[in-house]
Amino acid sequence: MSVTANIKPSKAVDRVAIRSWKNPILLGVLALFAVVVFALLGPSGDATFRISQDSDVWQVPNLVLPTKVFGIVVALLCVGLAVTAYRQMKQEGRIAKWVTMAFAVVFVVGLLVWIIGGTKTQNITLVGLFTGAMLITTPLVFGSLSGVLCERSGVVNIAIEGQLLAGAFTAALVASITQNAFAGLLAAAVAGMLVSFLLAAFSIKYVVNQIIVGVVLNVLVSGLTGFLFEKIMKTKVDGVTIYNQPVHLPDLPIPFLSEIPILGPMLFRQSIIGYLMLILVAAIWFGLFRTRWGLRIRAVGEHPKAADTVGINVNRTRFLNVLAGGAIAGVGGAYFTLVAVSSFSKDMTGGLGFIALAALIFGRWNPIGAALAALLFGVAGNLQSILSLAGTPIDGQFLAMLPYALTILAVSGFVGKSRAPAADGEPYIKG
Amino acid sequence: MKLELRGITKSFGALVANDHIDLVVESGEIHSLLGENGAGKSTLMNVLYGLYEPTAGEILIDDKPVMFAGPADAMAAGIGMVHQHFMLVPVFTVAENVALGGETTGFGGILNLDDTRRKIREISARFGFDVDPDALVDELPVGVQQRVEIIKALVRNAKILILDEPTAVLTPQETDELMDIMGQLKSNGTSIVFISHKLREVKAVSDTITVIRRGKVVGSADPGAATTELASMMVGRAVSLTLDKADAEPGEVTFKVSNLTVMNDAGQRLLNDISFSVADGEILAIAGVQGNGQTELTEAVLGLHKHIQGSIMLDGRELVGRSVRQVLDAGVGFVPEDRQDDGLVGEFSIAENLVLDLYTQEPYSRWGSMNRAVIAKNAKEKVAEFDVRTQSSQDAADTLSGGNQQKVVLARELSRPLKLFIASQPTRGVDVGSIEFLHKRIVAERDGGTPVIIVSTELDEVLELGDRIAVLYAGRLMGIVPGKSSRELLGLMMAGLPADEAQAQLDAPAAGSSGAGDVAPAGDTEGERS
Repeated sequence: MSVTANIKPSKAVDRVAIRSWKNPILLGVLALFAVVVFALLGPSGDATFRISQDSDVWQVPNLVLPTKVFGIVVALLCVGLAVTAYRQMKQEGRIAKWVTMAFAVVFVVGLLVWIIGGTKTQNITLVGLFTGAMLITTPLVFGSLSGVLCERSGVVNIAIEGQLLAGAFTAALVASITQNAFAGLLAAAVAGMLVSFLLAAFSIKYVVNQIIVGVVLNVLVSGLTGFLFEKIMKTKVDGVTIYNQPVHLPDLPIPFLSEIPILGPMLFRQSIIGYLMLILVAAIWFGLFRTRWGLRIRAVGEHPKAADTVGINVNRTRFLNVLAGGAIAGVGGAYFTLVAVSSFSKDMTGGLGFIALAALIFGRWNPIGAALAALLFGVAGNLQSILSLAGTPIDGQFLAMLPYALTILAVSGFVGKSRAPAADGEPYIKG
Repeated sequence: MKLELRGITKSFGALVANDHIDLVVESGEIHSLLGENGAGKSTLMNVLYGLYEPTAGEILIDDKPVMFAGPADAMAAGIGMVHQHFMLVPVFTVAENVALGGETTGFGGILNLDDTRRKIREISARFGFDVDPDALVDELPVGVQQRVEIIKALVRNAKILILDEPTAVLTPQETDELMDIMGQLKSNGTSIVFISHKLREVKAVSDTITVIRRGKVVGSADPGAATTELASMMVGRAVSLTLDKADAEPGEVTFKVSNLTVMNDAGQRLLNDISFSVADGEILAIAGVQGNGQTELTEAVLGLHKHIQGSIMLDGRELVGRSVRQVLDAGVGFVPEDRQDDGLVGEFSIAENLVLDLYTQEPYSRWGSMNRAVIAKNAKEKVAEFDVRTQSSQDAADTLSGGNQQKVVLARELSRPLKLFIASQPTRGVDVGSIEFLHKRIVAERDGGTPVIIVSTELDEVLELGDRIAVLYAGRLMGIVPGKSSRELLGLMMAGLPADEAQAQLDAPAAGSSGAGDVAPAGDTEGERS
């Protein structure tokens, strides 16, 4: 018999409930709001949700909801869920995830019905809501995918805005000159890469603060494209501005799939950029989590020194990722001038590059999560523009805040903590 | 495989970290590199592993010169390294970490981890590692993480394994297990370079010892050499390894912790129902492997934790619920475990660092304006009193060596009249010469009648300083034992046995015959438990 050290009691740490009343109180306040606004002050009449367009092959009947009754149901559900949350917190010390989720869904649906019921026409086209959202979502997805590639490898990319803008400008210019939309698309990718090259060179090679380089690049691109816009694009030849007349990418509806209600028009009646987006989301997800390429990128972003000690070239990996990210954001920029609108205008990206960053964080640095977050932001943004036309009980200025309010909620960790790659933003200096 | 370093020199600007170092590691031997922190051992190994490019000199493997452009080359040549700070990605599984850099892939670069899993199981079985390939590294104890590092090297067919301060994070028992593993590797023909500053371990495990001081090889020694001889080679002068310390004369009990529980935001108990007290003029040493609640204990006293239950009484006043400022004003002096992050402001001057918690008081400032002359005078006095080796007290604190930085922190904390003095890891990363000095100052504070709490993961330090020794394991107090307790007893307690059970196990008949800290092979242990 001998002395042994292997008799270890379980090192598992037991948990104690630490009660935080923030969420039950927030849910309670929102439930009260639902009771007063949706139920008591709810508009009479019906809210109509139109699902199919007249041209659709399959017609799905409209969804008609009596606003007042629906408001009461929503208010009751909200109160019930808030009480459940309170009791769970009291008894178990934490709120089950489904309660918060269910509350969010019920509340948002209630809000939507209440707003639609309060408009003059009392109806909304869901197809319009979602397909219109793609105008915002598509560049957001490209922007956030660029962010995923950069940040997973450990470089913070604040320059997404600049990359989108550079892509939009270059696509417009090249597509106008060559009269070839695909040439414009390619040029946009190159332009995004050029912005990325500067970001990578300064932040990786010369170890300048990544946030500062990113901000400076945004200002630089904004100034440069603004200047060239004035000097070149506004130049008229025979009374026509020939350098800002880009040829557009055609829509390529996919037979059968494009006829699915809502999803069809939203996802399967797009230009090549739209399909590229779907492919990229899937490909980057698969690449990151299932391949050697992704394992190495994640290692470089989490623990660069560990990657270095097994022979992975950290800074080269980062450089390549930042370049690839730039190309992707550039293509997203091309969407503005080759698909969404007919020509380039100054600072036309309007801060979407920053919302893309928020989508990236909301989506927890995961391509699929980021794409879903981008969709959410897109729908919120489009809802605001539809409603401001329809005349709502809420002031349009207030609705315009919706996407940004959502962004703040998302980023502040209301929907659970998200964890950035450990070495995100940390330059790697060998030795 | 034989490894030879010839005239390796590595300089960083004006600093010469390695100065013409010659070293020969024969095939299948355990070769120890002994030297103080900052002597240049790790730099030398990073050169060998291809992380640094040597300024001069050459590396020979089996008498053929080789050039390493990076770790990949070193690994290809059969060199593996287990770094002091593990090179593992915490959010990856064991298999992913082992595969990284040498992945087996299918079509299109798709990862195939099955091959890696099989190799991990194979090596695990051969050495009795008990490592699950699919466990998340973050959730493994440090000892197991270290085994993952060893597996990483073995999977890559390392013939020479460099272990950089591998025992720093281990319990005494885990250390013994590691030495066992080193023995097995050696008998399999692997050469091992063992880097350490712990004389006892070096003597126990080495075939050859090379001593390095200030970047130079100062000689080699036989493992049979006397400890004092090795120590004086390492430090460059005769050092006394034992502290002259009178027995404590405990006075009144003025510091009392009762039923203290500390939780993190997720509600995990980091400290679980801890009660103890410290008397005036007594040192309570808190032992335990890093991460078993020591940090939380000291931080809780200081008022840095939110979720606390229980009571911490100093001089009849409750400290729980008070702000850090109030706790400091109540007379608590605190040396944090990480002096560079929490103890000093590196860019501030030594003089400024010496008044970091005093600057609001007269005479250091008046009407919100600092009195530079007084601060400079204070600095001059403290630098002289605490023997801080510096050109000028206006130099930035981070220009100082570890030992001198720690002297600055200690000088600041001891410059107020104290009712309680807490020092966490007071000599971590500090040269032997400074350790002597720091220990004397701590004992002097005790002799002045202050209750003192020392937190240390170094068993030597705990035994040296503690009048009584408390052991923490997984946030629980395993017991408080007298200062002269045996290493074996403390080791068992650090591994999670309460004091009485540990004592009972040591008292069991045959236990006495096994050598100090010997551990039975894992197989035997299993049989005994069932």
